[in-house]
Amino acid sequence: MAGAPSPQNRPIAPHVSIWRWHATMASSILHRLTGVGLYGAAIVFALWLMAAAAGPEFYDPLMALLMSPLGQIAMYLVVAAIAYHLANGIRHLVFDTGAGLNPSDADLTAWFAILFAIATPIGLWALLTFGGA
Amino acid sequence: MSGPDRSMRTALGRVRHHGAAGEGTGHFIASRWSAIALVILAPWFVVNAALTIGGPSYAAAIDFLTDPVNAVGVILLVVVSFYHMALGMQEVIVDYILKPFTKIALMLLNGFGLTILAAGAVFAVLLVNFGA
Repeated sequence: MAGAPSPQNRPIAPHVSIWRWHATMASSILHRLTGVGLYGAAIVFALWLMAAAAGPEFYDPLMALLMSPLGQIAMYLVVAAIAYHLANGIRHLVFDTGAGLNPSDADLTAWFAILFAIATPIGLWALLTFGGA
Repeated sequence: MSGPDRSMRTALGRVRHHGAAGEGTGHFIASRWSAIALVILAPWFVVNAALTIGGPSYAAAIDFLTDPVNAVGVILLVVVSFYHMALGMQEVIVDYILKPFTKIALMLLNGFGLTILAAGAVFAVLLVNFGA
């Protein structure tokens, strides 16, 4: 034995690279990530409204961008981000009342928010494609 | 009392007004009520706009925005979501940005930028409805 570790070599607690990933940990990080992402989406939303007011010569190029493959992928991710931030936001509003904070409930609801984010854009896409007007 | 501090003030009295800003509760409550409003407004807009506009048509977008209920809903969505975003981004900035100048600059950009965009977006909805 080399004796007690020097202060520099002491284990660093909880470190990302050696810390087991939890659903609750991912849910917290995803909430902030989707929040920042939706900040950008809301700026595009404001520009979309202004383009609608400015007329077709501004609206059509913006829509061409949004209808392009890259634009459609972005819209799909925005719907997923809204769904996630919504579900996890409700989860946090419930947490604020003091309910659902034990590990098993927090884990279950975190998974629900993640699965809801995956299912919602698929559901909306299916509704638009197969729903009929 | 043997130290240099001979005042009669308690330890609590000395730290008061020197620590937390004392206005965190307002920020907390504002982020919650705006969140509760957005639980209704955000899904309403996404589903409604996707189903009624559903494509790149300019006319469809104008039809959507000239419906009075949609116009009021979109204005409420812009105001409440941009307010919620300002609060959220402020939290992110104070968490990650430590340099005082950069922090203040980003907070000003956050506040002013979102206010300008929200004003422009609300005016755009009014313009669509009441003509240029």
